[in-house]
Amino acid sequence: MVQLRLPKNSRVTPGKHHPAPAGAGKTKTFKVYRYDPELGQNPRWDTYDVDTTACGPMVLDILIHIKNYMDPTLTFRRSCREGICGSCAMVIDGRNALACLQGHAECKGDKIMIGPLPHMPVVKDLVPDLTLFYAQYASVEPWLHTETPEPQKEWKQTPEDRAKLDGLYECILCACCSTSCPSYWWNQEKYLGPAALLHAYRWIIDSRDEATGARLDELEDPFKLYRCHTIMNCAQVCPKGLNPAKAIAEVKKMLVDRVV
Amino acid sequence: MATYEFIDHKFDVVVVGAGGSGLRAALGCAQAGLKTACITKVFPTRSHTVAAQGGISASLGNMGEDDWRWHMYDTVKGSDWLGDQDAIEYLCRNAPAAVYELEHWGVPFSRTEDGKIYQRAFGGMTKNYGEAPIQRTCAAADRTGHAMLHTMYGQSLANATEFFIEYFALDLIMDEGVCRGVTAWKLDDGTLHRFQAQMVILATGGYGRSYFSATSAHTCTGDGGGMTLRAGLPLQDMEFVQFHPTGIYGSGCLITEGARGEGGYLTNSEGERFMERYAPTVKDLAPRDMVSRAMTMEIREGRGVGPKKDHIFLHLDHLDPKILHERLPGISESAKIFAGVDVTKQPIPVIPTVHYNMGGVPTNFYSEVVTKAGTNPDQVVPGLMAVGEAACVSVHGANRLGSNSLIDLVVFGRSAALRAADILKAGATQPELKPAMTDWHLGRFDRFRNANGGTTTADLRLEMQMAMQEDAAVYRTSTALASGVQRMETVQAKRADLKVTDRTMVWNSDLMETLELDNLIGQAVVTVVGAHNRTESRGAHAHEDFPDRDDKNWMKHTLTWFDDASGKVKIDDRPVHNFTLSNDIAYIPPKARVY
Repeated sequence: MVQLRLPKNSRVTPGKHHPAPAGAGKTKTFKVYRYDPELGQNPRWDTYDVDTTACGPMVLDILIHIKNYMDPTLTFRRSCREGICGSCAMVIDGRNALACLQGHAECKGDKIMIGPLPHMPVVKDLVPDLTLFYAQYASVEPWLHTETPEPQKEWKQTPEDRAKLDGLYECILCACCSTSCPSYWWNQEKYLGPAALLHAYRWIIDSRDEATGARLDELEDPFKLYRCHTIMNCAQVCPKGLNPAKAIAEVKKMLVDRVV
Repeated sequence: MATYEFIDHKFDVVVVGAGGSGLRAALGCAQAGLKTACITKVFPTRSHTVAAQGGISASLGNMGEDDWRWHMYDTVKGSDWLGDQDAIEYLCRNAPAAVYELEHWGVPFSRTEDGKIYQRAFGGMTKNYGEAPIQRTCAAADRTGHAMLHTMYGQSLANATEFFIEYFALDLIMDEGVCRGVTAWKLDDGTLHRFQAQMVILATGGYGRSYFSATSAHTCTGDGGGMTLRAGLPLQDMEFVQFHPTGIYGSGCLITEGARGEGGYLTNSEGERFMERYAPTVKDLAPRDMVSRAMTMEIREGRGVGPKKDHIFLHLDHLDPKILHERLPGISESAKIFAGVDVTKQPIPVIPTVHYNMGGVPTNFYSEVVTKAGTNPDQVVPGLMAVGEAACVSVHGANRLGSNSLIDLVVFGRSAALRAADILKAGATQPELKPAMTDWHLGRFDRFRNANGGTTTADLRLEMQMAMQEDAAVYRTSTALASGVQRMETVQAKRADLKVTDRTMVWNSDLMETLELDNLIGQAVVTVVGAHNRTESRGAHAHEDFPDRDDKNWMKHTLTWFDDASGKVKIDDRPVHNFTLSNDIAYIPPKARVY
């Protein structure tokens, strides 16, 4: 049988252990993925015994504590710390999440593993390269397409039509969904992934948009759209509680509707 | 020093920052045929505009009669007369068109029954020159900034704006008083870049993280302000720091003023709706400076809530859960996550939290940076513009009204682009850059990269944040401010003793945080020095030893220069513009500011 292993230079080795300082309160161990492209070494798992009594409630608070007081070289993206900017997506305790919304008390086990978003190239530590993800987002042309001359004031939209955008426009492009999708792991150069498709549907269903046909044409492709196999990991992990799989299903339905 | 090489780029315009104002400016410049780059330290949709909640003000009149003059009056009064009325007229007159433009780009605004943009009430927004609250703030539920920023980023893609993402701007390239470009560090491969341009537009946001508790994102480090100070240019009105009344107690996360706009109210430990005492006409919809002071006063007088009696309750539990779900879904979620509160049943614990910087890089209403040269207080700095929270144009004066920041971003982002299109020739020849113009940028970068002193970045940052939090708070006294000046002097001197652990070039966030800290420190110093200098109370600057506004001596903008080497501050002032832009409205003379 074929043995699948990571290439030699990607195998993660055991790393450094950072004990809690003397006199620390209640500690918890965090096992964090470390990779520095300038070291010429394999990635490693560093462990940090963190005094949780000195930290706020979220995993991001833990990471900031580590960076401030235990190991300033640890690198991760973060900005708003309230779940709206989408910077601090990572895999925590086996599941994609925003570090700023994930309480560390809710993480089970005595060693919490924290790694970069899965199946993306790693730039450094917890910072993945999201270039492809962003290009896929751009490819759905996420802006309003209209041909009718613009009105003097606003385009009218009924509250009912506006409500169709709820559950879609709230996406923060954190990439938790796409990078949790096995189909995306396999075919990410061809399959657009749940985030980009959710956005595609957000514009298709917008009553003001006049390019529905062209948008659907663009998606009618065995890979771009139809590699969604309703695995539903996307909906499971979305930190905003959105359901990309449902949006994808709606697009599929619209494609069927137009031929029958 | 290690040797560094620059990778060179040449553009007509370089915009630094990709939040609301940066995107709007970049878009406008690109549309005008100028070769435009937008460099940003975070992916555009991660900029802090994304966290704006309640809405964007414009006198559309969708909920009843409105007039841009009423909006102007409110803004002038909200600013405690420190705003420049020509700029405020420009803002309010151009606001409706700017909102329609956003809608045409696809912003998913909430709607009225007849399909128009929904508008809600906000603090200090009134009808007929102060008569009663008005619904003027255009909203996309309570995620207006998010909806705007994502839409504007999409629009930038539609217009093929050239982005340089995760590039950290280092310093302005100055050539005898003219800005010629900006240097930047590309995080993902560690290379250094020299962007030459006919015009640099700073859209780098505020410096909220100079305080310990702020609604601002970790990335709100006012990098453009730091760069401006190092370029030998002044910042204006830095003593005016807005405290938002409703940051969540503990985490500091924002609860929009729109919560009170939709009918929410504040109570003290006696269950009293105390704002009725402080602002009988508009009550909980008074401007932020007044509400923050009222809350602080209640807490001081022993009527705070909680075991330590150190915060206040915000009630939404009397509102229809359907309305909460439709109009305030985001803050309902935040309250649950960060305060463990179900807003349909329990009040939210809140406390005034640093939120916005009225001060910034002084500009005229074309968004051109100005400085004081001799007796000319409006000397334009060629090649440099500033927009958004980084700028001080000044439309917000001593206190910004809620929802006036989002409109500021797009109106002045647009004005910058229009002006650039007006005064620049696409592809014009640019003078050769000399190494001497950028050697000091590299010197500073290398010095921090190899900093090997005894004070970690985290420790010095905390020391600064605590000094600002304790000594330049909602209420200020001469004693506290003198202490703040002293403490910040110590902090700025300790920059020489910093210790950076990571010496690498790729995504060295230890170094980036240190460079950001250096940007913050200069601005924190001029904030506290400016506050100590201003012996009156006006807007957000509430000085207990000088409790009254003093128009005779202080109707003027503070200008502060910071000498990076010595840490010394020079103070001067500029007159407040006591004229409007047109004859459609007369100058609104100062009067007592009561609501």
